[in-house]
Amino acid sequence: MIINLKVWRQDSPAVEGELVSYQVEASEDMSFLEMLDVLNEDLIGKGEEPVVFESDCREGICGSCGLMINGQAHGPEVTTSCQLHMRSFKDGDEIVVEPWRADPFPVLKDLMVDRSAFDRLIASGGYVSVNTGAAPDAHAVPVPKPNADRAFDVATCIGCGACVAACPNGSASLFLGAKITHLSELPQGQAERDQRVVNMVGQHDHEGFGGCTNIGECTAACPKGIPLDVISRLNSDLRTALRHGR
Amino acid sequence: MATTRPSPDQTRTLVSGAHAARTTIALKLAMAVSGLIFIAFVLGHMYGNLKAFAGHDAFNDYAHHLRTLGEPVLPYGGLLWIIRVGLIASLVVHVTSAVLLWKRASSARQHKYAVRKYRSSTLSSRTMRWGGLTILLFLVWHLLNFSIGKVNPQGGPTNDPYDLLVDTFEVWWLTLIYLVAMVALGMHLRHGTWSASQTLGLTNSARSRRTANLAGITLAVVVAGGFSLVPIFTLFGVIS
Repeated sequence: MIINLKVWRQDSPAVEGELVSYQVEASEDMSFLEMLDVLNEDLIGKGEEPVVFESDCREGICGSCGLMINGQAHGPEVTTSCQLHMRSFKDGDEIVVEPWRADPFPVLKDLMVDRSAFDRLIASGGYVSVNTGAAPDAHAVPVPKPNADRAFDVATCIGCGACVAACPNGSASLFLGAKITHLSELPQGQAERDQRVVNMVGQHDHEGFGGCTNIGECTAACPKGIPLDVISRLNSDLRTALRHGR
Repeated sequence: MATTRPSPDQTRTLVSGAHAARTTIALKLAMAVSGLIFIAFVLGHMYGNLKAFAGHDAFNDYAHHLRTLGEPVLPYGGLLWIIRVGLIASLVVHVTSAVLLWKRASSARQHKYAVRKYRSSTLSSRTMRWGGLTILLFLVWHLLNFSIGKVNPQGGPTNDPYDLLVDTFEVWWLTLIYLVAMVALGMHLRHGTWSASQTLGLTNSARSRRTANLAGITLAVVVAGGFSLVPIFTLFGVIS
């Protein structure tokens, strides 16, 4: 199948980029990233600069490969770009590939953005402070099954940034909500619960992410299906912290 | 490929001394609470308007009664002024938070996508800001028309609330302006009700999310529909 690509090319964060047209001959069994690999081999063969994009595990669990494909985060299927296959497209299709667009995620080169804002969000409170030492017995702190299940479900967030990329406000509320809910559901997360939400939301705002308007594009794009109610939990935790004068 | 990724902006640091009251979520909470006050107001206002179906005297009695409500504890028109002050304060809070969040959202993505496709969001959710401005613009006209200015488009008396209402809505394009505004209000209420529930942290499960969405749709239909009845029935001569 012939694919007409329009790929965002940008040399560095400091210079303006542009969409460049390429033609690739791909098989419909290829993943989207393999199709980009074919393009890059072709470009290297011609002595041109290959397209820079991120990838690591290529099995949908690491969250590296964020691409805006035809205006949708990770493309037309609800999965990661690496698990998107060319059979989702037709022969002769035009596909526009752009990096995540959000000011807190500056473009480093071509399709690769700097998502270290997420690392700082985690560093600002997405953890439980415990003394190191021997691991406690697994049954030392009982956790009710529904709480454990919900904590696990939201902990499947891979931090790919599709929620931010899809949000019309450039908000990271779904990512933040997933982390807050994960720790709020567990007994270990209770001690720092108020301070955590205040610090993490403070960091979120400081990074320049937008506010949430509960539109729901984030959850629709999330390859892990993190539900919108994590944002409700985020909001109620912040409201509680507000009441406690934090 | 690159193994080290130096941040292009090395000044990005961890925040210290964050306060809950200074976050975007606090702004959203302010929007939600002021929005709930507006919901209570439009429900009451819509109910009062329906008195027009009971005729000239019943409608004017109701309008007069609003001013004597709370007497003798409150002076004439006292309660109405308390409500007005509350509504003006809510409007200031609602619009200020909206403007701040709008500015923040625009600066969070200064470089727009070349291609953009939405997956699941509703039109009402994506038109909250422009829809809100439409309602604000309408509010200015509406107050000039019926409250502050009392403009009778047919040149008739302005001191009789019922006659002013009939004279206004007999003009087809004025009825049209009101109906367009009610579409904007309905859409704003549909998403606003759901969004306020979510912001207040009341939608912690799939079921409560469905309930909040349903409440939004119901409120939109009841309020926008209820308000639209009087102009439509006046235009067609049922109320005269």
